[in-house]
Order: sequence, then C-alpha cells, then structure tokens
Amino acid sequence: MAINPADLTIAAALAHLEKGDFTAQELTQASIAAMQAAKPLNAMITETPEKALAMAQAADERRRAGKAGLLEGIPIAVKDLFCTQDVLTTAASHILDGFVPAYESTATANLWREGAVMLGKLNLDEFAMGSSNETSYYGPAVNPWRGPQGEKLVPGGSSGGSAAAVAAGYALGATGTDTGGSIRQPAALCGITGIKPTYGRVSRWGIVAFASSLDQAGPMTRDVRDAALMLRAMAGFDAKDSTCVDMPVPDYTAKLEDGVKGLRIGIPREYRMDGMNAEIEALWNQGKQWLVDAGAEVVDISLPHTHHALAAYYIVAPAEASSNLARYDGVRYGLRVPGKDLIEMYENTRGAGFGREVQRRIMIGTYVLSAGYYDAYYTKAQKVRTLIAKDFEQAFQRVDAILTPTSPNAAFPLGSKSDDPIAMYLNDVFTVPINMAGLPGISLPAGLNAEGLPLGLQLIGRPFDEATLLRVARSVEKAADFKARPDAWWSK
Amino acid sequence: MSADEKNYIQGATGAWEIVIGMEVHAQISSKAKLFSGASATFGAEPNAQVSLVDAAMPGMLPVINAYCVEQAVRTGLGLKAQINLFSVFDRKNYFFPDLPQGYQISQYKQPVVGEGKLILDMPDGSSREVGITRLHLEQDAGKSLHDQSPNQSYIDLNRSGVALMEIVSEPDMRNSEEAGAYLKKLRTILRYLGTCDGNMEEGSMRADVNVSVRKPGGPLGTRCEIKNVNSVRFVMQAIEYEARRQIDVIEGGGQVAQETRLFDSGKGVTRAMRSKEDAHDYRYFPDPDLLPLELDAGWVENIKTSLPELPDEKKARFIDKLGLSPYDAAVLVAEKESADFYEAVAKGRDGKLCANWVITEYFGALNKSGKSMADFVITPEKLGGLIDLIADNTISNRLAKDVFALMVETGKDAATVVDEKGMRQVTDTGAIEAVIDQVMAANADKVAEYRSGKDKLFGFFVGQTMKASGGKANPAAVNDLLKKKLAG
Repeated sequence: MAINPADLTIAAALAHLEKGDFTAQELTQASIAAMQAAKPLNAMITETPEKALAMAQAADERRRAGKAGLLEGIPIAVKDLFCTQDVLTTAASHILDGFVPAYESTATANLWREGAVMLGKLNLDEFAMGSSNETSYYGPAVNPWRGPQGEKLVPGGSSGGSAAAVAAGYALGATGTDTGGSIRQPAALCGITGIKPTYGRVSRWGIVAFASSLDQAGPMTRDVRDAALMLRAMAGFDAKDSTCVDMPVPDYTAKLEDGVKGLRIGIPREYRMDGMNAEIEALWNQGKQWLVDAGAEVVDISLPHTHHALAAYYIVAPAEASSNLARYDGVRYGLRVPGKDLIEMYENTRGAGFGREVQRRIMIGTYVLSAGYYDAYYTKAQKVRTLIAKDFEQAFQRVDAILTPTSPNAAFPLGSKSDDPIAMYLNDVFTVPINMAGLPGISLPAGLNAEGLPLGLQLIGRPFDEATLLRVARSVEKAADFKARPDAWWSK
Repeated sequence: MSADEKNYIQGATGAWEIVIGMEVHAQISSKAKLFSGASATFGAEPNAQVSLVDAAMPGMLPVINAYCVEQAVRTGLGLKAQINLFSVFDRKNYFFPDLPQGYQISQYKQPVVGEGKLILDMPDGSSREVGITRLHLEQDAGKSLHDQSPNQSYIDLNRSGVALMEIVSEPDMRNSEEAGAYLKKLRTILRYLGTCDGNMEEGSMRADVNVSVRKPGGPLGTRCEIKNVNSVRFVMQAIEYEARRQIDVIEGGGQVAQETRLFDSGKGVTRAMRSKEDAHDYRYFPDPDLLPLELDAGWVENIKTSLPELPDEKKARFIDKLGLSPYDAAVLVAEKESADFYEAVAKGRDGKLCANWVITEYFGALNKSGKSMADFVITPEKLGGLIDLIADNTISNRLAKDVFALMVETGKDAATVVDEKGMRQVTDTGAIEAVIDQVMAANADKVAEYRSGKDKLFGFFVGQTMKASGGKANPAAVNDLLKKKLAG
C-alpha cells in the first residue's frame, strides 16, 4: 500500500498498522521522506531519522508480540522545548548551544512508552516567547499555507514548527506547549487541532520552563480524535512535578461521539471586541449555530475581567520567565562567551545568547519584581488573575463549555508584525485568559477566510474535564467538516 | 551596679550599650537535600552529590523533602514557637556561579515557623530570655573554589540544595557572652532534637551577627551584619571588635554605615564586604514550581508529643527532683550525652554527690584523655560503682579520687581496684585505736600541749592518724576515737 502520511490521521494509521496494511517502519520511512522534502518550511531544528527508524522497528516488534501501546508506530515530532535524552535540545535559543540532555521529559517519555516514534525536534519561538515563530535563533518556521499571491506566512507561535509539521502532513502529531496560546494560536493559523490541557494534567518535568504557573504541554494533531488519543498517552501524574495532579487519565475517545444534546455552551460577550475582524466574528456566529443545530443550548455569559487578562499576563509571564531563565548563565552548559571577569562573562553570554524578545521579557519581568514596583505590578496582576479565574468559575456554574474565536486574525506574512511587540501580543488576546485560569482549551479549524486561509474556533472547558471539552469540539468539527489542505508547494 | 549597667562598655564619651541579633543557618540532619534526592552528607568528592535539579538543568523541578519539613517543625516546637500551618516558598533571585538556578528557594513573607523563645543559661547560673522571630526553610548554595587554578574558579555543587533552617532572633542580646550563650543553647536544643548536628567546623551551623551600639536607653543605632561566622568563639570576638569599631567611628565624629561585613578570624577584625547601596534587590516572589506548604494540625500535634525532654525541662527537673544547683544542672544538660550519662550514674544514688563526681572528676579525666564519652573507659556503671563504695563507707571521698585515677589508668572497676590495692577503709575501731596510740606515743609533747588547752592541734592528730593508716581509716571513727583518747 502506498503511504502518504498527509492523508492519515493517527486513528486511521493505527487501524492500518493493526490490519497489517503497512508496518510502522514503512510509515516512518514515508514520514521521513516527507519531512526531508519539507525543508523549506524550516519546521525542524533537529531531524532524527535513524532514531525514528529504530523506534519504528521496535514498535513493529511490540505489535507483532501483541504488546502495542496506544500510539504504537505513530511518527510524531517534538517541540524543541522538551528535553530529549541524547538528542540536542535548544529551546530555539543560541544560549543552549550544544546542550544534549541526559534525561527525557516525562511527557515525551510517556509518548515513547505508548509506542510513538520520534521524527525529530521542532522549531519554535525562542524559549516559547512569541506568536509567530520569528524569534527562533534557527530562523522562522514557515506556514504550509500561503497567501493569495504566494506570500510566505507565519505558522503562529510559539509552537509554530509543531503546527507546520502536522499541517504539512509528515508528522501525524506533534507536542506543543501553551503558556498564553502557544498551542491553540498556531493550530488555528495552520488549520489543525491543538489542545492545551488543564494546568497540572501533563507533567512539566523536563520541559524547558518559560512561565511555570502557566506552561502546559499538549498535543497538536489533524483532528479531535487524534488529540484525544495523544493526550491520553501524554497525560498523567508525575511525582517529579509538584504542580502535577494525581487524577486518573480517562479514555478521552470513549464519549467523543456522544454529541452536545443537553449541554449548555456559553458565549462570552466580552470577547466581542471593538474592531473585530468580520470574518472571525462570522465564523464565531457560525460555530454558535452549529452547536444549536446539534442540540446544545447556547447562552450569553459574561467574563467581566477579560479585558485585563492580556496586561496581567504580560506581567506574570515575564516575571516568572526572568527568574526561570537566570540559570542560563554560561557556567554549566550551553553557550559561554568569555569576559574579563565574572560579571562580564554573564553579560557577554546572556547578551549574545538571548534574542531581543527574550531580553525584552527578562527586562520587563525583572522590572515588575523589583523593590518598589512589586505591589504595583506583580501583586496587582495576581489579583487580576484571581478575578479572571472567578469569572470562569461562575460561568461554569451555568455552562458546560465556552465558545470563542482562537485568534483575532488568520496567518499573517512573515515580518509583518515582528517589529511591533504590542501587535504581536494582541494575537493571544482570546487564549491568554484560559492560561491565567488554568483551564483546558482547544482550537480546531472551522473555516477559511476570503484569502483561503484557515481560521480556528476555541472551546474552553471545566478544569480536568477534557473529556467533555473534546466531545463538544468533536461536534463542532463534524459540523464544520473542514477538509481544506495546503497545496504542498514546498515539495514541488 | 544594675544588671544593665554591667553590660555597658566605656567609650571616650561615656557608656555604650551593644545590641545584638542573630540569624543562624542550621543544616538539617537529612540524608537527602531539600528539593532533590541527592545525598546531603559532608565530605564527598566535589560534585559527587549533585542531582539534575541541584545543577539547575533545563526543565528540572523541585519537590519538597517531607522529612526536612518535619525537622523544621520539630525545631520550631523545640523553640516553643508558633507553627504556621500555611507557609510559602519564595524565590530569592541573584546571580552567582555557585547558585545554579540563579535563585535560592527560601521562605520570605510566610515562614513555616513564627515567634518563639530561647532561654540563655549564663555562666553565673542566671537565665535570660531571647525572642525568636522566625524559622524558615531554604536551600544552601554550592561552593566556589578559588585555589584550584591560577586563573579560574571551580564550583563544587555538593552543598547546592542542602536543606537549611534559618533561625532569626530578636535583637535581644546585649554582650558577646550572651551571644555565645545563645549559639551554644541553640546548638544544644538542635542536638537534643536531632534536627541539626551543630558541627560549626563542618559548616552545619553558621551565624550572621547583627551588631549596633547606642547610648543606654537611646534609639537603636545603625547595624552592621557580620556574615557567616563559624564558631562560638569567633562570634564573640567579632562582636567585641565590631562594637568597639562602631563606638570609635561615632566618637570620632563619623556615622556607622549600614553594611555587610566579614570576620577575619586570623586578624580578629571585621571588614566591609558590601554596602547598603550595593545590596541586591532579590526580587522575591512565590516559587510557581511549588505549592504552598500546608500542614495538618494533627500531624504537628503528633510531632509535639514525640519530642524528647529538652534542656530547659531537664535542667528544671535536675534542680527540683535531684537537688542540683542551677549551675550544675546547666552544665550537665548542655549536651544530651552528658545529661544521659549523669542520669545513668545518678539512678538510685545521691543526685548531688553524683553531679559533683561527673562534673569535676569525670569531665576532668575525660578532657585530659581527649576521648569522646562513648570511647572513654569510665562508663556510668563504673562511676556508679565507685560512688556506691563511698556511700557505704568502704572508702572515703578522698580515697575515692585515688581509686578513680587508677580506674582511668587500668580500666578496672572500683571494687577490683580497692581490693587489689587494699584501699578498703578501716572501720575496725581496735585497729584505729592502735594507730592513734602510736601517733600519741610519737608526739607526746603535742599531746601535752593539747591537753593544756591548745585545741587547734586536733587537726594535726587527725592528719597524722590518717597518714599512718595509709588514708584508709574511717575519718568519722578517727574523730570520735581521737577525742576520747586525747581527753585522757
């Protein structure tokens, strides 16, 4: 059987593997070929084809032995923020030059335990700070979708490489991390599905930290079912992460097709912003109608502190980042640029090792934590955060899920916003509040704009109720029937 | 002179009072570090006890060591302090090569232990109370090694992440002696509790000493913090020097600058390390990798009921039940091992007599031997055996000292020594009378003088009789018989 990985979902591939239509090695070979043909997308920082084939061989053996895991033989790629044993891990930063971990992140270890196969490490914004993948030291990943005149577009960020690899068709799934929208926004901009689980659902151990109280890893896939499959494999309690929650991981596919009849879906009025993109608004209304048609009750709700979320986020996240990134000091690993004394070595190393956006956030974070400013910024932002969480808590007393757009715009041309940090930060306006509240959120492709670019809808769920969230998402997915794919211009 | 006045030191412009507060870093006796599973024992090869977390590798996360929390709570209870059931770990941010994370995990606004108190036992037998402000948990840093290479510094991360308790006192001490007594008492309590071994040479206990001076009754002066002083003696020396320095500065028309200083133990002086202007802005904020520490009241209560008898309670019992003086009691409880030894000796015996023997003869011989109590030849059973021989009049107290010396020398027990050397006390009145007759015959002139009224000569006859008996005559019998015979 001829294999085109771009035609396969994880679920479909698993069925073929189980039937013996092809082996994991054949599938992996096809994925590697497609990956190598997709170099113009610059979605990979490190390719690991030999490792992939060895893992695929082991997967085939386990399947033959009747010991197949949940993702046995499925080629996926890993955001280069996850530490992978014996494989270069960069966080897309110059400062981690040559860093090869001696350990494997819990989330990826869980995936390998379930039989997934690693194609390589994916491009991202440096230290996951960015919404376009343009802050990567390794150059921007490129969106598989192109503009009407063939313009190169950003894939979104920070998990831009992840979204591009899945949208381009060679990775059947990818890991992402989401601190303020870094899974959902690139998923929306590349026409794929991405879920940020509840904070504490997936272990953060071994993932390079950006903002510890907001970071959460999750899967990025072609569809909702695949997201459910991959999340189940990734998630679970880990005693090595004190913020990871000890709760059983359900089979998220079990009730996926149960529909939304009897569920109440909230539409938050504060997300309808002045000057909102008309196409985005229309899609949101369409999503609402789909849910009504599927039997859900759709109600208007209020999340009154929404408009403070982005400002508070840009205090909390940089504050934590300024501290988390202090360990990159040139002393123990990664880049060291010598100086005449210790202070100069620090300055040279961190000056050369961190890009402009990372430096900007370290400076903002250092400032808001400084004596005399702490209460005005950090303490106040934490209060806002509490209020945002309360907004959601109250809303979830009335509704089972909340529907919003994922991003205020479709994919934009490379370079068009990279000089305007505020414009870039606004990309996360719909996704940031969910991180601030620690809730699960999913983005799924729901339509194309006039330029033929994908647009996403976001659903927000109750804490640790990813099962219901995925079930609602599946209902919207069925109604949207999104089949569009980028033309594979990069391999022509 | 009032108690306060005794503390004043004289400057050119009159009396000055010293105000001292202390921050003691005590390493928790724990096999593993505060937030990682790496070993926390002393003396390993550099960087042999470093986990991925201690080295701050990317993506590593701290996980609290519950045993260390328990030790902090035990210590808090031992200091009669409030235990905070809700406390928070914060990050204290600063760059230094031996601080791999770029921040120290500590507790800032909400420490695990709140206010408590500590009673000082002063050498004159008096007591004084010093307030404890707080106790919090924090990580130790690593160590920079500057002597391994001419142009590079090396880092040893074995200590990185080791659990410390920072114990902060109120500025309640007024002289170096009190500061010394504070450190000693704190160390005693920690050792009783088993929460810290108190070995200052190995760095398990270090003190930051805050010193200021003021005119008696005046407002507090500007303080200087003397960092990382690692012995009781150095703490006392540093305070003496620093107080005098500050007085000289003020009396010379200057102002004391608030600064951090180091004590140079070789020269006995303190030296400026960094000024207030250079002070770090530590940018404390709650560590988002750790949940707040929430303790169960029942769990704390269980620890409380499992506490051993602490030195203050033991001292009170020794005074009340065993009749010891406050001074003797304080000496005996200063080390748990001494107190245990004493109690083993005193069991079923006279408390006061046993205390005298333990403090004077036993400690004297122990110090001379240079051995530890566990390795020393005199066990509580052996000392008790000797004291029994005194109590049943087999030997006199004076003779017992000779027996004790032989016991130390030979390792034999008291009864064996007495038998072998024929040192058994003579209580046979006939034998004593015979000795007295000899003494009187040999000193007929003195007998005549005595009988003519020179009573003072009685002591001479006692001495001569004891001497002639080889010290074995029962002194009471000698007295009685001499009186009768001299009376004629």
